[in-house]
Amino acid sequence: MNPPAPAPLLEVVDLTMRFGGLKAIDQLSFVARRGEITAVIGPNGAGKTTAFNCITGFYRPSSGALRLTHADGRIFQLERLPGHRIARRAGVARTFQNIRLFAGMTVLENLLVAQHAPLMAATGFGVLGVLGLGGYAAAERRAIAKARAWLERIDLMARADAPAGALPYGAQRRLEIARAMCTDPVLLCLDEPAAGLNPRESEELNTLLLRIRDDGCSLLLIEHDMGVVMRISDHIIVLDHGRKISDGTPAEVRADPHVIAAYLGEGDEGIEQETESVA
Amino acid sequence: MTRAKAPLVDAFLSALIALGLFAPMVGLVTMVGPHGITLTARPRAVLALVAAVFVGRLALRLWQAQRRLVPAAPGRFAITFLAAARYIGPVLLAVALVLPALVGRARLDLGVLVLTYVMLGWGLNIVVGLAGLLDLGYVAFYAVGAYSYALIAEASGLGFWSCLPVAGLLAALWGVTLGFPVLRLRGDYLAIVTLAFGEIIRIVLLNWVSLTNGPNGISGIPRPTLFGLRFTAGDGPGTFAGFFHLAPSPTQRVVFLYYVILGLALLTNWVTIRLRRQPLGRVWEALREDEIACRSLGINVTTTKLTAFAVGAFFGGIAGAFFATRQGFISPESFTFMESATVLAIVVLGGMGSQLGVVLAAVVMIGGPELFRPLADDRMLIFGLALVVMMVLRPRGLISVRTPSIALGKATVISADFVTEGHG
Amino acid sequence: MAYALQQLINGITLGLIYGLIAVGYTMVYGIIGMINFAHGDVFMIGAFLSLIALSGLASFGITAVPLALALTLVFAAAIAALYGWTIERVAYRPLRGSFRLAPLISAIGMSITLQNFVQVSQGARVKPLAPLIPGGLELFREAGFTVLLSWMQIAITLTTMICLAIFTWLVTRTPLGRAMRACEQDLRMSALLGIDTDRTIGLTFVIGAALAAVAGLLFLLYYGAIDFYIGFVAGVKAFTAAVLGGIGSLPGAVLGGLLIGLIETFWSAYFSVQYKDVAAFSILAITLIFLPTGLLGRVDVEKV
Repeated sequence: MNPPAPAPLLEVVDLTMRFGGLKAIDQLSFVARRGEITAVIGPNGAGKTTAFNCITGFYRPSSGALRLTHADGRIFQLERLPGHRIARRAGVARTFQNIRLFAGMTVLENLLVAQHAPLMAATGFGVLGVLGLGGYAAAERRAIAKARAWLERIDLMARADAPAGALPYGAQRRLEIARAMCTDPVLLCLDEPAAGLNPRESEELNTLLLRIRDDGCSLLLIEHDMGVVMRISDHIIVLDHGRKISDGTPAEVRADPHVIAAYLGEGDEGIEQETESVA
Repeated sequence: MTRAKAPLVDAFLSALIALGLFAPMVGLVTMVGPHGITLTARPRAVLALVAAVFVGRLALRLWQAQRRLVPAAPGRFAITFLAAARYIGPVLLAVALVLPALVGRARLDLGVLVLTYVMLGWGLNIVVGLAGLLDLGYVAFYAVGAYSYALIAEASGLGFWSCLPVAGLLAALWGVTLGFPVLRLRGDYLAIVTLAFGEIIRIVLLNWVSLTNGPNGISGIPRPTLFGLRFTAGDGPGTFAGFFHLAPSPTQRVVFLYYVILGLALLTNWVTIRLRRQPLGRVWEALREDEIACRSLGINVTTTKLTAFAVGAFFGGIAGAFFATRQGFISPESFTFMESATVLAIVVLGGMGSQLGVVLAAVVMIGGPELFRPLADDRMLIFGLALVVMMVLRPRGLISVRTPSIALGKATVISADFVTEGHG
Repeated sequence: MAYALQQLINGITLGLIYGLIAVGYTMVYGIIGMINFAHGDVFMIGAFLSLIALSGLASFGITAVPLALALTLVFAAAIAALYGWTIERVAYRPLRGSFRLAPLISAIGMSITLQNFVQVSQGARVKPLAPLIPGGLELFREAGFTVLLSWMQIAITLTTMICLAIFTWLVTRTPLGRAMRACEQDLRMSALLGIDTDRTIGLTFVIGAALAAVAGLLFLLYYGAIDFYIGFVAGVKAFTAAVLGGIGSLPGAVLGGLLIGLIETFWSAYFSVQYKDVAAFSILAITLIFLPTGLLGRVDVEKV
């Protein structure tokens, strides 16, 4: 008997995004389930980052629904929330295709900025904090402890006080992920986390992402590196020209002729032949 | 102009350009006469200027040619400077505390002026240096503070100390009102809008005669007291001189004003330093670095910017109230765009976000022209040229390193090359 | 009705002058993304140069108005172009690529320098000029009010049209214009493709300065009085015009100029003269808040 499928976490329903006359995403629907790593792949220009930007609140979708369901049953309609509320209340964190660290601040400071909400609450509108009253010192200690834990996990403890901009590329990527995780999200969205990494770093990334999943946070990632995608994803969605062309497990997607056609550009006759031979 | 030209040719061409620039403007002076404009020739001045350009350019090229091509270690000067800065700060503070004992009244008055600009610089530093918002209209808050104090004191009869926080709060309120519509603008646009609002305030102050007395200004503004003791020329009861049985002298009031502004400025500094260590200050700096990353971390960018604006405006307003009480008289003429530009130049020259830098820059930019006072009109010309030269030579300011607000181990300074300057 | 028509004529005339200055702002902002704070003062210098030239020509006995004006125009435009080039070379080019506030402060410093340079060398007094092209056409009369279209206004309109036509030809038909447009789109790529970006940017400043000088001459002839401070306010208004029309758009600059000129003229005529500058500044603020791309500008989508 099959175990029941995990509960849906993010349901994307008929998402459409138009830029002027250009339809970047067309009636996209898929489900990312809790406790899983869901990958969104597709050729360049397929609309993956646009979809991400809609989900994380940087674009307002032209139409469609984005329903996020927490484990305790709370539901958030992401298409209606402003960007920062999506991160703060709905618990959706993200990283960026072009790394956006606070380059002039130290590694530690980056991780502390991510914990802005609980720290700010402890300062009583900032006033008490300035005067040294309130529970700020304790809150800061807790925040530093959490930062420390993540620094251990991504192996940057030795460089905690270095400026983030001075880190090598792979370390910057890991830091960006750790920073996003410091907001305690339920869904972490990663935009091409493996871009520019060498094979060893990709392996370490896989380990990190699997660990994040096992610790209870679900992941949604855009990726081109098939090694990463096939190795760690539980569920893959394939986009092409703004539409979904495949949806399933890595094995299913790998064999899907439409996916192969989209990436390699075979003619229509090729697809018919493939489907016949598979059937 | 390719750089390959020999220095002599280069200097000659520069001199030719100078001739084109100066011959008409300097060489032919328009004099207003009874029959219209007549021209007076001043060939010697032109020749002198052209010769100066020739010599200067030649010297520059020769110096550049023989300078070693090895670039200086980035930030090494700044790092050693900052090691010394740990001592410079306290030394300056000590000097500031005992200054009244060291100098005469005229110089002390200059000290009051410099400290006023230091306070304004520290206030604007919060907006521009920490949060990275380009504000070209800071004078508006200065004006609101000054006029609020003057009008409230006149209407309510309250003294300086009672009105001071009110003036600050009103300026902060204006900061929020102003900030709300404009803070989503980026970069240069924010700069221009704030400049426009600064000018609007000035014109309104100039023309709303029933409220502000227009160009005649408001006079008779009450002076600050020390726990109720007034600083007057006499030594009767209720005066400072009478209470302490001293011979009354105007120096006493200047010394008192000096310590008042010193206290207010130090308060601004203390609050800024404390806020930097708090999540609020940290998020201001993060905002300056990357606004989009902040949004993705759940930070409400709009309220953060508004807070920076409001806090900066608050201190600007307090400085304005002090200005009003020090002069006893205010008029819209004191609140021009030049003031905003000067304070912004102080912040930028100091090195964004650096408290010590602001002090040094204020001393140079306010104290400096005072030394040039005998030159009268040429003063502003030199001021303008100095701004250009300073920016070209040190675009990052005097102190171009950033000190992290928190560290696990030892906090080492971060070179300015990593620090973003903010796009509004 | 006649009063309104007169204001319309006056407003358009003023607007064309603002438009000429606005073109310089919009070109520079389009190509290197900075607000040339000192541009308004180049306009002021152009006005002074015109005054000097006219006085000088008069003292040489050249009083035939068309000839004198033609020579003055060339002279003022040429020397102002030299100023524009020097300003870019000295105050902006060393800071290109540096962080954003440094060129802004440098520009403010340049503006202060130019204003005081003229004040020190030419004196702080207002300099008058007797009208060189007096009179005009009476269009019609209504209830004792005559609507006058002066020759000066016609001259301003013609000159502005010709300058803008030449300029448009330059931008759309010549290699220089192509280079300018390429640099505006992508500076680094243009450099990689072999365009001399330094020279192109320098020429952008030169052309903007020349147009500003023409505006200065027209201003001098129209208002008959100049001083070293006219650059600041005219500069802000012209920048407002550039923003209103859509920064980076040349027809937008002219359109914006016309709108600002009309609004200012009608405001002074029907409301109050004292607050006319407030009207201009307020329009700037409102435009930036509600319509940051202006009327004809492009929308910038920020890539996340």
